[in-house]
Amino acid sequence: MDVVVDNLGFIGRGLVTTVRLTLLSWVIAFFIGLLLATCRVSPVPPLRGAATTYVTLVRNTPLLVLFFLFFFGFPNLGIQYPAFPSAVIVLSVYTGAFVGEAIRAGLNTVARGQAEAARSIGLTFPQVLAIVVLPQALRSVVAPLGNLFIALTKNSSVAFSISVVELTGVSSRLITRFAQPLPTLFGIAVAYLLLTYPSGLAFGALERRLAVRR
Amino acid sequence: MFADELGPRARRRVQIVSAIAFVAVAAIVALAVRRFAAEGQLAPELWTVLFIPEVLRFLALGLLVTLRAALTAGFFALLIGGLLALGRLARSAPIRWAAGAYVEFFRALPLLTLLIFAAFGLPKLGLDYSRLTYVIIALAVYNSAVLGEIFRAGILSLERGQSEAAYAVGLTYWQAMLLVIVPQALRRMVPAVVSQLVTLIKDTSLGAIIGLEEFLRRGQLEGEFDRNPLQALLFVALVYILLCYALSRLARRLEQRQRRRYSAGAIQVAGAGEDLAVNEELART
Repeated sequence: MDVVVDNLGFIGRGLVTTVRLTLLSWVIAFFIGLLLATCRVSPVPPLRGAATTYVTLVRNTPLLVLFFLFFFGFPNLGIQYPAFPSAVIVLSVYTGAFVGEAIRAGLNTVARGQAEAARSIGLTFPQVLAIVVLPQALRSVVAPLGNLFIALTKNSSVAFSISVVELTGVSSRLITRFAQPLPTLFGIAVAYLLLTYPSGLAFGALERRLAVRR
Repeated sequence: MFADELGPRARRRVQIVSAIAFVAVAAIVALAVRRFAAEGQLAPELWTVLFIPEVLRFLALGLLVTLRAALTAGFFALLIGGLLALGRLARSAPIRWAAGAYVEFFRALPLLTLLIFAAFGLPKLGLDYSRLTYVIIALAVYNSAVLGEIFRAGILSLERGQSEAAYAVGLTYWQAMLLVIVPQALRRMVPAVVSQLVTLIKDTSLGAIIGLEEFLRRGQLEGEFDRNPLQALLFVALVYILLCYALSRLARRLEQRQRRRYSAGAIQVAGAGEDLAVNEELART
């Protein structure tokens, strides 16, 4: 395990990069998802159509294709960012589509009478959604959102393809340099577990806390 | 979300917002097209070059590599995943423990980390294979863990009465498992499994990172060769979208058919990946 112990600092920096990538992308993806879900249940056809198109296109494209498109294709349109911001943008755009689907699933679980009651006392669509339906919907999708967060943590590894040095990039360099692949793999696995295991627990606790007791 | 008819005022509001939204969406599309035009990216030769026979052939052969990797990896993943699920439900504790450790370890790692390990690490351990083999190994190992979890959830979703009835008529553990439990559980797993296999096809693109000339890598190479990376990668994305969309539709159809027939929902699996996390929604629409 020398290779891991000797390079703890390097692995630590990779871990921090992975965490930064994941958290930043998660915040943006959450708002994209909220917006998409809102559009998809809105009574406004152009918004519904636009959001559905976004979700269908992004869901069926491999993440790496989005990375390549943004990093190698978009510069031809004059859109060019350094590697780290590019990775955050791509991960947010990709994860946002899935967050949107998860939240929409939650919106569908809220009993129809809730929205009807809210409307009958004169609330408009944005009010119905923001005050009555969304708060109930979000608490029912904590588990899927937790899964998406963990999937995002793992997906942030694809940023390696545009040479962001996060955990997987670290593992690649350690393997090539020190030729001790097995200890490196275990070290990196532990680092990923340090991220995914607590977030799994946290989302589990959140789910229990927010669960509706009837 | 609203089942009831909108009133006259709400309807007028919706019409106004619709008009604004339509203009906004159209404006975004127009801006994008203008950007393409301004940067000279709408030049016809940048697009038509993708459809000359040599280029199409080059890309099609890449797509074949993608499908080959996906099919081979999918086959092994299903096989190993099935064994893992049986292992985790076995009565012998060491087998349960070993299968559990395998599933938890490989499910916790990103697929790309495994692929990097396979491509750069295995040669250092004296295991020299082709790039295609490394991709297949990484995909099979990772997906067998995920599928193992799906299979286990499917088997556990069956009512206890099924196995109790099987024991009551004198079947042994394995007889009950293979004759009674597994055939019923298989039906419930189909949608989740198809969904995971679509993810597997998407994930073969990661092979491009280690230089496997599958579809994405070939698209990238074509973009470098003819200096049209934007067009080539958009084309690659479009083909992936068509392929995966068709397969997801199939998964949805299977799900609905099985719902009608057996009035039992598909199983849910925690932590399996982004596609399965929103699979629940897939079931509902």
